[in-house]
Amino acid sequence: MSAIPVSPIAVPWHLPSRGRVAMLSLITGESAIFTIFVVAYIYYIGKSLWGPTPQQVLDIPIFNTICLLSSSVTIWLAEREIDRGKMRGFAAWWALTIALGAIFIVGTGIEWHKLIYADGLTIRTNLFGTTFYSLVGLHATHVVVGLIGLSLILLFTLTGHVREEHSERIQVFALYWHFVDAVWVVVFTVVYIVGR
Amino acid sequence: MKLRKREHGAKAIRVISLPALCFFAMAARAAWADGPEATPSIFAPASTPASNILDLSWFVLAITGGIFVSVGGLLAYAVIRYRARATDDDSEPPQIYGSTQVELAWTVIPILIVVVLFLTTARIIFAIQDAPKPQVALDVTVVGHQYWWEFRYPKLGIVTANELHVPVSTRLEPKPTFLHLLSADVDHSFWVPQLAGKTDLIPNHPNDTWIDPYHTGVYVGQCAQFCGVEHAKMLLRVYVDTPEEFDAWVKQQQRPGEQDASVAAGRHVFETEACTNCHRITGTAAAGTFGPDLTHLASRTTIASGAARNTAENLHAWIEDPDHFKPGALMPAMQLNEEQINELVAYLNTLH
Amino acid sequence: MADQTLPIAGTVDVTPPRRSTAMLLEWLHGWVVTVDHKRLGILYLVYGIFFLLVAGAEAIAIRIQLAWPGMHFLSPELYNEMFTMHGTTMVFLVGMTIIFGFANYLVPLMIGARDMAFPRLNAFSFWMTAFGGLLIYYSFIGGFGLYGMGAAPDVGWWAYAPLTAKAFSPGHATDYWALALIVAGFGTLGTAINVIATTLSMRCRGMTLLRMPLFVWLMLVTSGLTLITITPLTAAQIMLVIDRYLGGHFFDTQAGGSAVVWMHFFWIFGHPEVYVLVMPAFGIASEIIPVFSRKAIFGYPAMVAASVGIAFVSLGVWAHHMFTVGMTSVGNAFFVLSTMLVGIPTGIKIFNWVATIWGGKIRFATPMLFCLGFLFQFLIAGLTGIMLSVAPWNWQLHNSYFVIAHFHYVLVGAIVFNVFAGIYYWYPKVTGRMLSETLGKWHFWLFFIGFHVTFDTMHFVGFLGMPRSIYTYEPDRGWNHLNFIISMGGMIQAIAVLIFAWNLVHSYLKGKKAGNDPWDAWTLEWAVPSPPPVYNFAADPVVHSRRPLWDLKHPEDPDWKYEA
Repeated sequence: MSAIPVSPIAVPWHLPSRGRVAMLSLITGESAIFTIFVVAYIYYIGKSLWGPTPQQVLDIPIFNTICLLSSSVTIWLAEREIDRGKMRGFAAWWALTIALGAIFIVGTGIEWHKLIYADGLTIRTNLFGTTFYSLVGLHATHVVVGLIGLSLILLFTLTGHVREEHSERIQVFALYWHFVDAVWVVVFTVVYIVGR
Repeated sequence: MKLRKREHGAKAIRVISLPALCFFAMAARAAWADGPEATPSIFAPASTPASNILDLSWFVLAITGGIFVSVGGLLAYAVIRYRARATDDDSEPPQIYGSTQVELAWTVIPILIVVVLFLTTARIIFAIQDAPKPQVALDVTVVGHQYWWEFRYPKLGIVTANELHVPVSTRLEPKPTFLHLLSADVDHSFWVPQLAGKTDLIPNHPNDTWIDPYHTGVYVGQCAQFCGVEHAKMLLRVYVDTPEEFDAWVKQQQRPGEQDASVAAGRHVFETEACTNCHRITGTAAAGTFGPDLTHLASRTTIASGAARNTAENLHAWIEDPDHFKPGALMPAMQLNEEQINELVAYLNTLH
Repeated sequence: MADQTLPIAGTVDVTPPRRSTAMLLEWLHGWVVTVDHKRLGILYLVYGIFFLLVAGAEAIAIRIQLAWPGMHFLSPELYNEMFTMHGTTMVFLVGMTIIFGFANYLVPLMIGARDMAFPRLNAFSFWMTAFGGLLIYYSFIGGFGLYGMGAAPDVGWWAYAPLTAKAFSPGHATDYWALALIVAGFGTLGTAINVIATTLSMRCRGMTLLRMPLFVWLMLVTSGLTLITITPLTAAQIMLVIDRYLGGHFFDTQAGGSAVVWMHFFWIFGHPEVYVLVMPAFGIASEIIPVFSRKAIFGYPAMVAASVGIAFVSLGVWAHHMFTVGMTSVGNAFFVLSTMLVGIPTGIKIFNWVATIWGGKIRFATPMLFCLGFLFQFLIAGLTGIMLSVAPWNWQLHNSYFVIAHFHYVLVGAIVFNVFAGIYYWYPKVTGRMLSETLGKWHFWLFFIGFHVTFDTMHFVGFLGMPRSIYTYEPDRGWNHLNFIISMGGMIQAIAVLIFAWNLVHSYLKGKKAGNDPWDAWTLEWAVPSPPPVYNFAADPVVHSRRPLWDLKHPEDPDWKYEA
């Protein structure tokens, strides 16, 4: 057998949770992707050679934003419930989170429908169209991925597969959702406030 | 453990000192050169930006050379001195884990070197890049196209291609040339090593650079940013003329295209075939801008952006099949018959 | 397989079941479905070495074409495809896979863990990367659809806009390039996350951060850097794909888009990428040099600090690839300074390695020879890097063969040399057999000589004004003989690499048995059998210093007495 120094002494030995470390790493990487898209958006503000311009066509999606940001609160409440072992409360808050996220996505869909069919702005119209649909679309993609994850977890909760002891994993997943919300704050500021 | 007697270290030193010697020998040889050379060496400058850069280069080479000799020497010494020997016993050498003083020293010294290098570099950056443009300066707009150069002299009303003519600039009579760099398609880079460092030609991003060549002659260079299939044959020639030569050249280039009745057949071919879609000859119906201006084609030494000498045979071959010299060039083979090509070449040869 | 099992020695049968008929299939199946970090590490390495041979062959084709002016060995189109594929392959399919191969195999063993933090993510990442490589090589068949076979990407591995636009690069070759790199990029991202989680969360008892072997430290830093540098490339590639497929205008200069923005995005990835590749190589050197000098690494904390320092500074130097693009003089000066600053932590590392050798008893086994070659070449690469950071001189040297020489000094002279060193050093651990020292010495000396013949000479043609990416050159430029010498050096290197490949195969079958610890080394991987069992450690190890096996071999004078 190998000659490894094995010692029975019980030194306290704490390591960070690998799930949390991995999710934070993923968030770091994702932040870099968003940074590039945000920089491109900011750089190209006002550089379109022809219209339509953001001032002409963009409306501030206040209701959408409120929904998405409050979903961060509801998911936090859900985390607290599962931490206390209250699975019914967890499922309720979790379902509300999904509903709020879904409202956001539907709202984005309505906004895009108006932009495409009423204002004639598509991804190939001008630089504004290209950067707008890319940045907002990249974020929306993340929301959709998040919603799929959230729904799966809800499904497994209702079938009884997600239990109290999975609290840690739920919190790790919730980190992702908080990140998606935080990115929206940046996207919202850049697209609807600075760029308009 | 088994020990080795051979001295790999000494062998390594012999191997490494050779390139270093070659390096300084070649650099020194090149530095003595004066005026234009067939080899566009950065060690044979003929213009202020290039010679300022070379002076800076010598300074940097001296510092980096010093670092190389001292650190490389330490490394070589350590490798030879501390090799395991046949006479050694099996004991391990003393374990040393580090030393704060030593490490502080070899952190501070590089910082000082960086400060010196940075300040020297910054001075030259500002001297070249922010040099004021004198009143007498000649303006040339350079437009990069896929695999050829367009030169426009806005104040003189001249448009030409691939061969840039500029006046010599002397200390008593400075006449620098300021180049405004544009691109019609993809990225290119203007580089004549003996005259100045390179500057890119980027669509939608105009750049500027300048030269003030102080020796007459022909300086060669080429596109230095990969621009597609025939990037390798996007060659560049800069003719540095005496003031008299330059004035004569300007007068000649300002004339409209030659109208020689003896080659009217060739001119007819040119005007009735698709040539006019891309090329321009002032005084004729040809007004295309996609290809080089041919008004004074015969006054140029080369064709196809330097890919061939401007002779009747080469011109014939080029028109018949551009891929012969430049496979992938954007000029199509025009499918003319032998007689048409001969007439066309005769006509083009009169365009002085 | 569950990701965390704790088998006890003796109860786990690691010998594969022997069934004569379906053995080959079962063996293959075992490799395809494996989630064992050691097997995935081997897959990465085999994959990387295979593409090393492919991209090496491309380099040889390039050098034959350039051996003499006016050669017709390759058409201009094919030449452009060759240098694009050579660069792309070497960076993404060779460099990245080999470093992550080493990381996969060694990090868990070195920190006393039984596997990576996420074994299934690990397998997923490998297959993503592998698929990316196959996708980009498929372009040789599918680049122009059925109408024009054999159209690989030909826009350079830097793929500057707007040459990559539909108008200038029709067909699908550029799409393959962008999509393959996005796919491989996700694989890389997964592995980077995995390495970080493993080093932070899977260490055995006593393996504090400041007791981790330097290789592990450098992989941690590299993975952190990967997270924030591969992702900008992915973002930029997504933009390129949007431009090409959906008619977007990110890099469309006709619609107000900017070619320079692509350059910034590309080099924000591209420059740190060099450090992503070179830091694991530093890690390999930091393991091998002490063992063959018989001394502890000099200034361990400084080495760690310098690595982290390099990673940070490397994020702020990208535009030194863009001195000729026409930035303001102040912008140029800023990037001169930030680039020169990299020299300081890098210098610290070189000095520490020399100090490690100093006072030792150096054994010139093949791994050490390659590491010494690395030290010498990396010194020169650093100095030519300083020359290139001097913006005015860079205006001359940029895109010339001097630059090619400089970065090959880093990528070959430093990284490939250390990769070879690492393979000679850990091959016994992986296979249980030693690589032949005789062939190893031949490999080293031929490769060393070939390397210097090729790349030393390249500096000079650069000085003489020869730009990169040209498929041929004028015969009157004075570059003919030098180019011929460069090409000859390439042939010598090719012979050396073939010897290496033969050595890998030959020693696997006939090599000397290695035993657990053939080099008398000090890190945990040498405590387990060669090759290690699936579970690595029969019982969780406990460490008290940076060199647990030194403590074991020298109980009278253990390391932990001296480490702060």
